[in-house]
Amino acid sequence: MESQNHLLTWMTFWPLIGAAVILCTPSRAKLFIKQLAFLFTLPSLACGLWMMKDYDPALSYQFVAKVPWIETFNIFYFVGADGLSVPLLLLTVFLCPICILASWGINDRVKGYFSLFLLLETGMLGVFISLDFFLFYVFWELMLLPMYFLIGVWGGPRREYAAIKFFLYTLFGSVFLFIAMIVLYINTGSSFDLTTLGPDIAASSFWANAANLKWWLFLAMFVAFAIKIPAFPFHTWLPDAHVEAPTAISVILAGILLKMGTYGLLRISYPILPDMAVKFAIFIAVIAFINIIYGALVAMAQTDLKKLVAYSSISHMGIVMLGMAAMTPAGMNGAVLQMFNHGTITAMLFLLVGVVYDRAHHRNIDGFGGLAKNLPVYAGITAVAFFAALGLPGFSGFISEVLAFMGGFMSHILWIRIITIIGTSGIVLTAVYMLWTYQRMFLGPVNEKYADMPDCTLREKVTLIPIAIIVLVLGIFPNLLINLFEPTMGRLVELLSKNF
Amino acid sequence: METLAWLILAFPIIALVIQYFFGKKLPRQGDWLSTGAIGLSLICSFILFIKVIFIEGDPNYLFQVSYPWFTGGGGLDFTFGFHIDNLTAVMLMVVTIVSFVVHLYSIGYMHGEQFYDSFFAYLSLFSFSMLLLVLCDNLFVLYISWELVGVSSYLLIGFYFWKDSAADACKKAFITTRVGDVFMFLGIMTLVLYLGKFNYTEIFEAVSHGEISGWVITVAGICLFGGAVGKSAQFPLHVWLPDAMEGPTPVSALIHAATMVAAGVYMVGRLFPIFSSSPETMLVIAYIGLITAFFASLIAITQTDIKRILAYSTLSQLGYMITALGVGGFVVGAYTAGLYHLMTHAFFKALLFLCSGSVIHAVHTNEITSMGGLRKKMPITAITMIIGTLAISGVPFFSGFGSKDAILAGALQFGLEHPQHFPIFLGLLIGAGITAFYMFRLIFLTFFGEPRDQEKFDHAHESPVTMTIPLIILALLSIIGGWGLYGALWLNALIVPPVIGEAAHEAAAHGAGHGSALAHYGAMVLSLLVAFGGIVFSYMVYYKRSISVEMLTKKMGPLYQLSYNKFWVDEFYEKTVIAFVMKSRMVLRAFDNTVIDGAVNITAPITRGTAMISGAVDKYIVDGLVNLLAIVVQAIGAVSTLFQSGVIQNYLLKAACAIGALLLIHNVIMRVLY
Repeated sequence: MESQNHLLTWMTFWPLIGAAVILCTPSRAKLFIKQLAFLFTLPSLACGLWMMKDYDPALSYQFVAKVPWIETFNIFYFVGADGLSVPLLLLTVFLCPICILASWGINDRVKGYFSLFLLLETGMLGVFISLDFFLFYVFWELMLLPMYFLIGVWGGPRREYAAIKFFLYTLFGSVFLFIAMIVLYINTGSSFDLTTLGPDIAASSFWANAANLKWWLFLAMFVAFAIKIPAFPFHTWLPDAHVEAPTAISVILAGILLKMGTYGLLRISYPILPDMAVKFAIFIAVIAFINIIYGALVAMAQTDLKKLVAYSSISHMGIVMLGMAAMTPAGMNGAVLQMFNHGTITAMLFLLVGVVYDRAHHRNIDGFGGLAKNLPVYAGITAVAFFAALGLPGFSGFISEVLAFMGGFMSHILWIRIITIIGTSGIVLTAVYMLWTYQRMFLGPVNEKYADMPDCTLREKVTLIPIAIIVLVLGIFPNLLINLFEPTMGRLVELLSKNF
Repeated sequence: METLAWLILAFPIIALVIQYFFGKKLPRQGDWLSTGAIGLSLICSFILFIKVIFIEGDPNYLFQVSYPWFTGGGGLDFTFGFHIDNLTAVMLMVVTIVSFVVHLYSIGYMHGEQFYDSFFAYLSLFSFSMLLLVLCDNLFVLYISWELVGVSSYLLIGFYFWKDSAADACKKAFITTRVGDVFMFLGIMTLVLYLGKFNYTEIFEAVSHGEISGWVITVAGICLFGGAVGKSAQFPLHVWLPDAMEGPTPVSALIHAATMVAAGVYMVGRLFPIFSSSPETMLVIAYIGLITAFFASLIAITQTDIKRILAYSTLSQLGYMITALGVGGFVVGAYTAGLYHLMTHAFFKALLFLCSGSVIHAVHTNEITSMGGLRKKMPITAITMIIGTLAISGVPFFSGFGSKDAILAGALQFGLEHPQHFPIFLGLLIGAGITAFYMFRLIFLTFFGEPRDQEKFDHAHESPVTMTIPLIILALLSIIGGWGLYGALWLNALIVPPVIGEAAHEAAAHGAGHGSALAHYGAMVLSLLVAFGGIVFSYMVYYKRSISVEMLTKKMGPLYQLSYNKFWVDEFYEKTVIAFVMKSRMVLRAFDNTVIDGAVNITAPITRGTAMISGAVDKYIVDGLVNLLAIVVQAIGAVSTLFQSGVIQNYLLKAACAIGALLLIHNVIMRVLY
């Protein structure tokens, strides 16, 4: 047996150790618990950076560890990282410490909150490192539990409703994923190995003829992942969950959890069923288009700032799907880049919503006005985040949007090109709702009610500025990130292109 | 050359970074930093200009350098680079001179304003973006700089953001121009889809070799032109520019008169081989420009806000440039004329705006109806503004004369060769007359006659030196600059449409020197006539008052209303596009909340209902059956206990009865069956 690499395992399970330690800490030591939680997110971040030292973009799976887990069913603890997972791992380990800092204001049942948060981090990282379908499914479900409690206990007034909706909706999707997994297992000679499932199927004569079954399989997995993305019409859990969740949890939800939907499609659906992926391309593109335009228009109609940001996420995830549906190198690279960039930009947006909510205790967009005059720092950072979100050059979101749209426009399928052309109107709509919101909150006459609102505190700046720097740096040097996954995506495109 | 280009870009961006983060802490809030940076860029541009124009002096001079930037995968590589030819060199001079002068002027004009440091940071951002736009060598970077000038424009229009009107105007400007930008993006994507290239010269080569078919290049050209329509505020996307006057006046001069709005013209000139390979595109360009030139001049006649008059005149003049470039696809020399007008216009329009700023600074109002007689109070402003007005009106010996005349000559020749396009010339000619009329109306109402608001007049004063020196510099440029440029460049034919490929070279050689004398002198005479006609008419109405304004207004009734209300274009958009978007967002929100989310939420009562029913089934039927069994058993037991008396005689009796009964039943059954 080849030597095992433990880096990813350490990265994933450090937070779990932290959760255990926190559970053994007296619940009166609130500050100490917070400090502990922060400390236990740092080793994962260090592992992430350490990983970059040895990571070679040209190779396929790296840092692999494979040990039998449940041998009767051929289930392995099989982990590894490639160009698709590395950016998302980095995003996760980077956002988690920031979210701990953003949770500093939590003073109710501190012990529970931070241990659940760390458990959540383990679940998220686990999803991104799993190369065994069963293991993937276990981590996928593992995330649900802490998320449910974090929304349901520490959330806003309608937290129970939102938490249950989130939980049941995702579970509903998981059922389809589970069925697909079992069907694949039965028909592929009892394997859960994600790295070999795809080519195996393509070679098998049974699968060559089972077009109908494959079609249903793809659809089942698509539903499961579409709920997570969230793709129209499965998106309505998202605004509710966001509105009720505490700030840091919203950041995690939008920044990382949504990516699991598109990650799942790229990790599982596309490589295992490439021929079906090609067949579904137009369908995915149509949904992507609806997400972009519909998300933007509904966002424009919101009065609650957090809900607006939630719908903007729906719109931006549409761009990811459009790039994926294109199945061209530019589209795929744009999609992965957009996943990362949406993670950082939307994290900023939710943190900024938290800042104003902590002060005003409401999020009504029309309830502010003229904030720029007395809160120049807050207004400045918000302007950065808003302009990044509307795809201004110089910020990272621009590059990924351009790549995704260009990819869509270069698609082999004429209809996807047409969809892309109409979809570019989303660029204008995004500018409309972003600038309009900015105007209503920050410009115009000063609202006397908030004339003496304090500007950003040091802790808020520490959470926001690192993300802003990343957004800016990746806007100017996008190759820092693109080079990590470009070869991986190139291989995926090649696999798909055999099925055109 | 390379170093110079990098330096030109580096100074403003370094100034931006320092100014943005530390501006407040610097002495004088760092105004000297931004001004000095653009001054250094000006010096570098000047060296570059001398090198390119005087030392090289070759019409086909081209310096190009390109660096890899990032890959989009699949061979789609993005680069960054410089494209320096004669046009670039001249444009760099125009941008850096106007920008430097406006920086200087702003030190006086913006003195004591809140966010003074941010103002200079934004100016640096603008200078950087605009210089990048001029220097870049590919469509992708062009699009980036295009958006960046847009955002600097947004920030500067909204500088007085606590005023609702400014907040509205900056949003409107950004969104309206973004509509054009989306078209430009589609145009770029079309070219990339068919050619896989972003680089200017590579695209020009491919186009000249016919690597891209007829209708595709037309579509790509018209889409690209959409970007120019937005940025250069051409009809129908012109609505943002008049509102943009909410920004501080130096900003209006720099961005919304001299440089950024001319970026659309520059882009059409820069990408001319793409546009000119499709006659349809050229005609679209020519007519869009014509409509804008004519219709904006009509609106300018009746406006009373000094900056808005200038804004409409900017629209109109941009229309002239755009038309000239469109005609340039058919007539030799019109291309050059259009770009020449861009340069001269940059100086005299910046001058006019800065003069208006000086006036506003003195009287604290924008309404020319409450000015009058100001020449006595502020002579430098008055004289320089009159120079600017003479230039824009096309009076000989001022810079606008040469460029406007050249445009008209091109249009006339085009009209003579293709009579169906003669209206282009007519429209431009009449527009020139109207321009002279409304510009002199502005001058007469502002500087001559009796003061209409005595209090404002009494408080008026000449502006400080930091403001008047820029005026004088620009006034000189509006006289000598135009002629100097003409002498240096156009007599030597240094700015000509880029010709690439053998075929194009031949066509150029064939077409050169064909400007007819009739068109040239005819246009000159006619343009002089209309200019003087406009000035004289304006003099009679607004100075001599021999023709009553009221009477004119009354006679022109509906036309006056049409002009005064700007042809109701804003209202039209309000009622159609905006109303549609506003309505659909509400409808979709309702749809989302009731239908989509309703469908999700309905699963809850359905599940609960099913649960209740199955609960009931479980309780009453499944469990009921079990309980029924128990009841039956119990009942049987209860009944049977009656028989268990424990007395032997009873048992015997019961047994005898039972046997009797059984026998009876047996007999009955036997009887029935057999």
